Amino acid sequence: MKYDVWNGTVIRKEALTQDIFDFTVKAPTLASVVKPGQFANILVPNKLLRRPISICSVQNGFLRFVFQIRGEGTELLSHFQVGDTLDFLAPLGNGFPVEDPQKKAIFVGGGIGVPPLLGLAQKYGRNGTAALGFRSKEAVILEKDFAAAGSTVKIATDNGSFGQHGFAADFLEETSFDICYACGPKPMLKAVSKLCKQMNKQCWISLEERMACGIGACLGCAVELKRSNGESYYGHVCKDGPVFSSEEVVL
Amino acid sequence: MSERLHVKIAGVDFKNPLIAASGTFGFGREFAEFYPLKTFGGISCKGLTLKERAGNPPPRIAETPSGILNSVGLQNPGVEHFIREDLPWIRQQGPVIIANIAGSTVDDYCQMAQRLSQTEVDLIELNISCPNVKKGGAAFGISCESVEKITKAVRAFCKKPLIVKLSPNVSNIADIAAAAESGGADAISLINTLTGMRIDLKTRRPILHNNTGGLSGPAVFPIAVRMVFEAASRVKVPVIGLGGITSWQDVVEMFLAGASAVQIGTILFHDPYAPVKILEGLEQYLSKNGISNISELTGKVQPW
Repeated sequence: MKYDVWNGTVIRKEALTQDIFDFTVKAPTLASVVKPGQFANILVPNKLLRRPISICSVQNGFLRFVFQIRGEGTELLSHFQVGDTLDFLAPLGNGFPVEDPQKKAIFVGGGIGVPPLLGLAQKYGRNGTAALGFRSKEAVILEKDFAAAGSTVKIATDNGSFGQHGFAADFLEETSFDICYACGPKPMLKAVSKLCKQMNKQCWISLEERMACGIGACLGCAVELKRSNGESYYGHVCKDGPVFSSEEVVL
Repeated sequence: MSERLHVKIAGVDFKNPLIAASGTFGFGREFAEFYPLKTFGGISCKGLTLKERAGNPPPRIAETPSGILNSVGLQNPGVEHFIREDLPWIRQQGPVIIANIAGSTVDDYCQMAQRLSQTEVDLIELNISCPNVKKGGAAFGISCESVEKITKAVRAFCKKPLIVKLSPNVSNIADIAAAAESGGADAISLINTLTGMRIDLKTRRPILHNNTGGLSGPAVFPIAVRMVFEAASRVKVPVIGLGGITSWQDVVEMFLAGASAVQIGTILFHDPYAPVKILEGLEQYLSKNGISNISELTGKVQPW
């Protein structure tokens, strides 16, 4: 389905941590077509540009957005209350390709890069392993949601206050998998891409960039990509991504 | 849509005075998902260069109070690719087609004007005001001598009506407008973006990788109105007003200041349906005030 502007009521709002919010928004038409890894460009009051927010998961006519306050726009978004209407442009981007949910998949997420992977975990069920990394115990989110989706959940924290002391990418070598999906900070994506290349595994990564139109018209959200001949060029996160094969991105 | 909105610019009929501004609209494909492109009277395509251009490294976008800064850097597939892959499709969609051209030498502009004159584009817009490229671009647009010179040079190769798009980063916009007119422009459009900059406090780096970028959006609207007023007061050729338009009221204001048509851009990122709403508002305003054609408003401001 092509994108359009939608209005959806916030029916549930929860603070998962001090600065991470979880919205459930009514959007029956959209919910039936959204693919894991796609995103919405959400209007916030008194801001000219919409804010690109990943769709965490879809269920029974509802979309779930889990986002972190990162600046003025997301701060304003966090002020929405249950009963308010969100104006958003969706579904945007190409999402994560799921060729065969019978294969073994690993979802490597770092911090606020974790939410867009949940929809995937629901597709893979028991064939999925969620390798999630956070700063500390207080920052851990969605652990139960990945477990409920059927994933084996492995958690690492930077300071060792919860789970294994270290990074999400540390779990790659000990896990048996056919395909890897990752979303998180650039250094994590770099490490995951490198490991997958060494292990000769397929790897898909989801990126973010400052964005304006969200549909590929303004060319604002450039990302350096490389062709198979090694030549590099600028693609765009909104239209060509946000999910890319790790082989095609210059990280 | 009634005849109230019909305008004629440089001999070309526009069903309505609303034109998609170059650089915000690509070649129209993405917005055609929302409504037929012929909703617009015309579209000014993404700025073209002779050869494909990669554009600037990211970040290319920064939001500012009531505006955005961009430094896309004229990323485009090149004029031949446009003619081959995009033009035939846009032609089928119905709006007037304006090809926006940019270059690093006068010769680049002349070659492109000559090439595009052999195609089905309706008008050519000379972009001598892009602030985001190192060579050429705005450099041609900041002195009267160079504006007149490049307009005259391109005019000789251009068989289509020629619009010259002016930079606001100049000391006297009326003089620049007059220079474009005496160089042979059939119309002028203004304003392109104003050069600006934002700095990230944490990293102490400019938010844009290009350090500086072009400011657009409602923040620049009053400047655009003033410059359209000053330019239109000086020249006889039609003026296309742009810069921060978000509503039908802004369009009326631009006309009063001296515009004969308008372009909208940045508002499309906020509300892709803005043109539909603006046209509805204009139609109602004209009808309620017994104005049989929007052109009657052009230049009707009554200065103190």
